[in-house]
Amino acid sequence: MVEATGIEIRNLYKIFGPNGAEMVEKVKAGMSKTELNDDYNHVLGLNDINISMPGGKIQVVMGLSGSGKSTLIRHINRLIDPTAGEVLYGDDDVCQMSIRQLRDFRRHKTAMVFQKFALLPHRTVMQNAVYGLEIQGVDQKEAAERASRWIARVGLEGFEDNYPNQLSGGMQQRVGLARALTNDADILLMDEAFSALDPLIRMDMQSVLLDLQEELHKTIVFITHDLDEALRLGDRIAILRDGAVVQQGTGQDIVLNPADEYISSFVKEVNRSRVILVDTVMAAGQKLEGGLSIPKGVLLEEAAKRFADSGEGVANIVDASGNPIGVLNVQDTMRAMVTPAEH
Amino acid sequence: MDLIEFPSLGRRDLRDLRLGVDGAFKDFTRAYGETLESIFEPLKTFLVFLEDLLITSPWPLVLLVLVGIVFLMSRSRTIAIGSLIALCLIGFFGMWEDTMRTVAMVAVCTMVAVVFGIPIGILMARSDRAQALINPVLDLMQTMPSFVYLIPVVMIFGLGKVPGVIAVVIYAIPPMIRLTNLGIRLVDQDVLEAADAFGSSGWQKLRNVQLPLALPTIMAGINQCIMMSLSMVVVASMIGVKGLGQPVLQAINNQYFTMGVMNGLAIVAIAIIFDRATQAYGRRLQKHSEVVHG
Repeated sequence: MVEATGIEIRNLYKIFGPNGAEMVEKVKAGMSKTELNDDYNHVLGLNDINISMPGGKIQVVMGLSGSGKSTLIRHINRLIDPTAGEVLYGDDDVCQMSIRQLRDFRRHKTAMVFQKFALLPHRTVMQNAVYGLEIQGVDQKEAAERASRWIARVGLEGFEDNYPNQLSGGMQQRVGLARALTNDADILLMDEAFSALDPLIRMDMQSVLLDLQEELHKTIVFITHDLDEALRLGDRIAILRDGAVVQQGTGQDIVLNPADEYISSFVKEVNRSRVILVDTVMAAGQKLEGGLSIPKGVLLEEAAKRFADSGEGVANIVDASGNPIGVLNVQDTMRAMVTPAEH
Repeated sequence: MDLIEFPSLGRRDLRDLRLGVDGAFKDFTRAYGETLESIFEPLKTFLVFLEDLLITSPWPLVLLVLVGIVFLMSRSRTIAIGSLIALCLIGFFGMWEDTMRTVAMVAVCTMVAVVFGIPIGILMARSDRAQALINPVLDLMQTMPSFVYLIPVVMIFGLGKVPGVIAVVIYAIPPMIRLTNLGIRLVDQDVLEAADAFGSSGWQKLRNVQLPLALPTIMAGINQCIMMSLSMVVVASMIGVKGLGQPVLQAINNQYFTMGVMNGLAIVAIAIIFDRATQAYGRRLQKHSEVVHG
């Protein structure tokens, strides 16, 4: 399988208002969101966004409401036109595409899942799932075949002829997911896809997504306001505030080295044992004779369990072929789990 | 200065103005009347055909077909039986032929209103400028006393069926247009965004999303359109449209109370049959929204 292409966002600005283009210069010169709003009556939506979204990975964009995260994801398939900047998919700049090119790009390269599901209420589950293919002009029979596979894959087998209204929220979003997956696009855009669901169902859907990603390796852009969700799903995370990226990196980076007060206040509440890996905490380069060994890339939570089960206090961290690469002791493990990083 | 009398054009100026406009319109009628009439010729042929079909076919067959259509639309035995009884009573009291003329007239007027109303409604929904232009025209059509626009229509087409259809359509088309426009504008923005995100063209969006979701409102428009066409039959009878309106008009002129009431009730009966059938049909189209997950 060919590795999915990543998305490169460069110097992206979005300013809402009649003279957005003029205002970009002012913002580049350092004008703040409040000033722009008070003095010029324009709203700064996105401020100089630069994110390199790796192909075949899950990029999470996290932020509270009003941070611009939903605006950002809509720039990737240009449901919103940028004021300035580039959104590159391979060599193509989405922002420069003609209407026709853009339509083709949306049909074949992207699929989107929405917070409020946005299903077609007058169509059954099956008819919703084939929607993308129908627009592409795929033969009905083939479309139904492809869709039924994904309907089964998201666990909706037997519900093909139900209308969305007859399903619960979690099941409706499964339809949304099946509709997006049936499109068989490289890029999967998920706009707070699980935010409207109950916590348990949300966890469930996160697992569904992670399982799917294991075999599909799509480029997924996932928007959320929930840091736990971000850390669970994201290969990389970008945190937005007031339309600007405050910090980006892996979940571990963000939890261990929050860039500012704002982020550390978020990170404080996080269950660190489910984010930090043993590799980060171990004393690298050391080696024990015999005793417990823990594979690298394991979460602290798992390591703590192994310590508790075995009664040992130290362990070798070993790589894939079993060679020790460092030593972890139980004190360090506990400390890393309970000490929030101060900024 | 005299503040009691409003300063107005002199009597002579007003008369000249009237004569001028009337004269110009008469010239226009003379020049283009026949062309306009020939444009509407197919409509007239169709109306005459439908009328003849309803009147000259054996009455049991017509009765069966009408009740059958009502049943197919509503899928309700109650409504079908009600229609059967109402139509039998109408026939029994000697109003069968007039009723068939009225049914044919209303059917044709509704068809014309749908054929023109839905595209105009769609246009209005897609363009704010079109909406701003068309809305005042609709206001005019709905509030202008119908007798006023009967004058030029009769001047062009004379008395008969075609001017009747035109007058009825002018009166009945505004709700069709307005409700189509409203229905499309009320379609959920989220669903439209989803349609865009999957790369729908404008036409695909209209066909797959906007029209189906606006359908209940459009059906309400068709229903209103039928009701208003029926309420116009008496007025239309003044310009020679035959049917249930004419006996009512006769009754007014001669103070025949019973005749007026009987024909009036026949109009009411047809109105109720049309209304129940179209509403039940509209509800059936919306079956998907009835069953809600608990």
